[in-house]
Amino acid sequence: MTLCEVTDVTGSAGDFTVTVKEQPRYVDMDKCIACGECAAKCPKKVDDEYNAGTGKRKAVYVKYAQAVPLKYQIDPDACIWLNKPGRCGACAKVCPSGAINFDDTEKIHEIEVGSVILAPGFECFDPGGTEVFGYGNYPNVITSMQLERYLSASGPTEGHLIRPSDGKPVRKMAFLQCVGSRDENLCGNGYCSSVCCMYAIKEAVIAKDHAPGLQTSIFYMDMRTHGKEFDEYYQRAKDESGVRFVRCRVGGVEPQGKDGDLRLHYVNERGRQIEEYFDLVVLSVGLETPKQVLELADKMDIRLTPHNFAAVSSFSPVTTSLPGVFTGGAFSGPKDIPHSVTEGSAAAAAVADILAPARFELAREKTFPPERDILNEELRIGVFVCHCGSNIAGYVDVEDVANYAATLPGVSHVERNLFTCSQDTQELMVQVIKENKLNRIVVAACTPRTHEPLFHETIRSAGLNEYLFEMANIRNQNSWVHTGDKVAATQKAKDLTRMAVAKVAWQGPLENVSVPITRRALIIGGGIAGMSSALNLARQGFPVDLIEKSAVLGGNALHLHTTWAGEHIALKLDSIVRDVATNKLITVHPETEVVAAEGYIGNFKTTVRDGSNRRSTIQHGVAVIATGATRLMPDEYGYRDHKEVVSALEFDKLKEVNDFHVRNSSSFVFIQCVGSREGERNYCSKVCCTHSVQSAIELKKENTSRQVYILYRDMRTYGQREVLYKQAREMGVVFINYDLHGKPEVNKSESGFEVTVWDHVLHRPLLIRADMIVLAAAIIPSVGAKKLANLYKVPIDKHGFFQEAHAKLRPVDFATDGLFVAGTAHYPKPIDETIAQALAASARAATLLARDEITLDGIKAEVDPDNCDGCALCVDVCPYHAITLIENVDNAGEAHKLVEINTAHCKGCGLCQGTCPKRGIAVSGFTYQQLESQIEAALAV
Amino acid sequence: MLKNTTIGSVMVVGGGITGMQSALDLADAGYFVYLVERSGAIGGAMAQLDKTFPTNDCSM
Repeated sequence: MTLCEVTDVTGSAGDFTVTVKEQPRYVDMDKCIACGECAAKCPKKVDDEYNAGTGKRKAVYVKYAQAVPLKYQIDPDACIWLNKPGRCGACAKVCPSGAINFDDTEKIHEIEVGSVILAPGFECFDPGGTEVFGYGNYPNVITSMQLERYLSASGPTEGHLIRPSDGKPVRKMAFLQCVGSRDENLCGNGYCSSVCCMYAIKEAVIAKDHAPGLQTSIFYMDMRTHGKEFDEYYQRAKDESGVRFVRCRVGGVEPQGKDGDLRLHYVNERGRQIEEYFDLVVLSVGLETPKQVLELADKMDIRLTPHNFAAVSSFSPVTTSLPGVFTGGAFSGPKDIPHSVTEGSAAAAAVADILAPARFELAREKTFPPERDILNEELRIGVFVCHCGSNIAGYVDVEDVANYAATLPGVSHVERNLFTCSQDTQELMVQVIKENKLNRIVVAACTPRTHEPLFHETIRSAGLNEYLFEMANIRNQNSWVHTGDKVAATQKAKDLTRMAVAKVAWQGPLENVSVPITRRALIIGGGIAGMSSALNLARQGFPVDLIEKSAVLGGNALHLHTTWAGEHIALKLDSIVRDVATNKLITVHPETEVVAAEGYIGNFKTTVRDGSNRRSTIQHGVAVIATGATRLMPDEYGYRDHKEVVSALEFDKLKEVNDFHVRNSSSFVFIQCVGSREGERNYCSKVCCTHSVQSAIELKKENTSRQVYILYRDMRTYGQREVLYKQAREMGVVFINYDLHGKPEVNKSESGFEVTVWDHVLHRPLLIRADMIVLAAAIIPSVGAKKLANLYKVPIDKHGFFQEAHAKLRPVDFATDGLFVAGTAHYPKPIDETIAQALAASARAATLLARDEITLDGIKAEVDPDNCDGCALCVDVCPYHAITLIENVDNAGEAHKLVEINTAHCKGCGLCQGTCPKRGIAVSGFTYQQLESQIEAALAV
Repeated sequence: MLKNTTIGSVMVVGGGITGMQSALDLADAGYFVYLVERSGAIGGAMAQLDKTFPTNDCSM
């Protein structure tokens, strides 16, 4: 439902009525074929929001080229007709499908739902209002979102980095961090936006790729690259891409000369006043909750934090203050893409927790007619050539291609379509296939990556096996790259079509693989992550086996005191443990370890060994690995020699029992990054900055006369945690920055310790007398992680944490279907993020457990037993561990080695086929016969 | 408290990466989803990004 806004929500959890206001689109979605004729003729140009105002769009427009739904809309504020009826109407005159409807009106929908998820996102801080750093006055001061558009191939300059003032190439650009974040004076946003450091680095690196020789400088306060693999990216940006990092707050930006150059003045790390010239200044703007979202929250009575984000607890990170209403993404605090995706899944899990009884009540599966048997039919290939508006037809003589296709062997029918993917063309295709008894289909259009599933569905609707299909990519691989030569592009389109026809001729029907699902989950690890995941799945009605290697549930949370927001952990942990222990669907296996694992999605078999060495086997459809992490035992700063030098967790314990040392110490020094962010362990442990700051505040609260120092490299109190940093500074905690090459030195003295650290303000070594030293020791992977990874054949990263399937889009999935990861086993993280990940793992697992069986793609490797001699070269290259070497005994009693494919594991990637020296293995749909015909067709001109 | 009649549908407000992920997971688990988006197309802020860390993959 696009152009829709929620205006009201009434009712209660399980039974809400939501009022949705739909703005008129003035374009009939059923009729619009997105040909773009309307926009081509529209005379009115306005700033394009999608391009963050860097480019123009028409009054009738599509939000972006790949928009879903790909339907035009009219901007009522800009449209000439809508403001003065009768004055223009150019779009309506040229629209070939009569889709323009100036009489369209606003509609109100009342929709009954069981639950609501609020994921309205953020908007970028607008530096225009206060003219921060001259934004709005100097054309060469732009925001990071505008730079993002300048760098994009679909942006206003097609990826060429130019200065807005004169269109000249940019030579020297500066990024100014924390614009609209960590700054209460200028913008009122005291929080850290969490994502800007990382995106600035990324933009700097990409900009340098686009414009060789470009100099990029990032002016920052603390480099907050606390996420997985972020610090390594930061390091590479510095060492390999040559991005310059300057730790300082820029004082001001002034114009220099008439050409649009900009003069920055700042105090550098050595305390000198510097003036430097740049031709482009990028403001790394922060994230804010949009105004209309605040209004909705107010109307719905959703509680917000002082920073205008949805208030959530660390223990239910996606639950709003209104029962039955959940949230995720930047609405509950600024966050990056993987964390948002995780929360998207987590919110789904939280919804399922309350709606599980109504599962499959309203959702229906699509049904298809029975498949026609084509094996005895003669070859009747249908070719559909797509114009893609002017995307293809503008650069390729489509009619010529279609006429040519009709002459190809086996082709019995050819059609041309303006948009082969449009809804009405799908219906037309079904009709044409049926009428002409076509039995192989070629679509010459765009890429199968995005459109193959759609066409598979279409030909299924026509009663054909979905695999009797081939795409010729005459857009991405042709018209888009040969815009200057229509003759050659047309010839190439013919070649590609001929190859597709030659290949599809040998295509037979393939059967999708149906795999039954054991509707039971195994969760490995009884910490906060494992327990949260288990409870959610059990509440959705799925039985769970929860394995814990120690005798008690709770994991690392047993050693923690309060969350960053001040919630008491032990109390909550108690209630979680109790819930797990009393839930009838959860079987807890204490003192148990995994010793063997086999199987595949829906059908895993895990052998476990308990404390008394008894082995048993658990059958399960999915598994969540939540084995946590452990802490480093430091071997520096005198940790192993002096009892007054302790790690953060030890310090918490001592403080809790009112230990003599803590009570009698008057000077405390916290040292950050002990074992993190150096050498082999170049990652941030993420929680330590916040933890130390909290401890420091506690110490000051108890006794303001105590001296508390925090020696840090970058203060990473990200997101709304920033308030703690501010509070600590206000309370007189002294923060001293140190570099990796100037680490603090700790020496035992008669009365305690002497800590020496370089003072960046005074520019000389500073000597601090300390009674106690608290080390923020790194979080490291748990001991058994590697072994477990081997058993389930899932990858771990070079630091030893489990590696998810995709850093951005599949943050809790493993590449192996049916296996998931959550918590600190994946990467160090605080409790709220751990629980969000655990819930997300449950949501992803539930998409499988909700069904009795799942259907897997029919494109699989097949072994030719006549040719396979069991050399097993393919076994090693298979990334999915789908191939095993077996031995067959023939009738004469002779043993033959050959390989066997596990079709549930196989993804049809074809690495085995490429490796096999003997034609012993081939992927269906890509057989040797098909590939050879395709190649012959390519060469036969 | 939950009433006896639980409705098996969900409204997801916001068609960005978070909302889309929620919608997909809910639909795959057997719930009917209304995905409500304020603008003319789903995709949210991520659709505006050129490339994303760490793979420098196109955001689309």
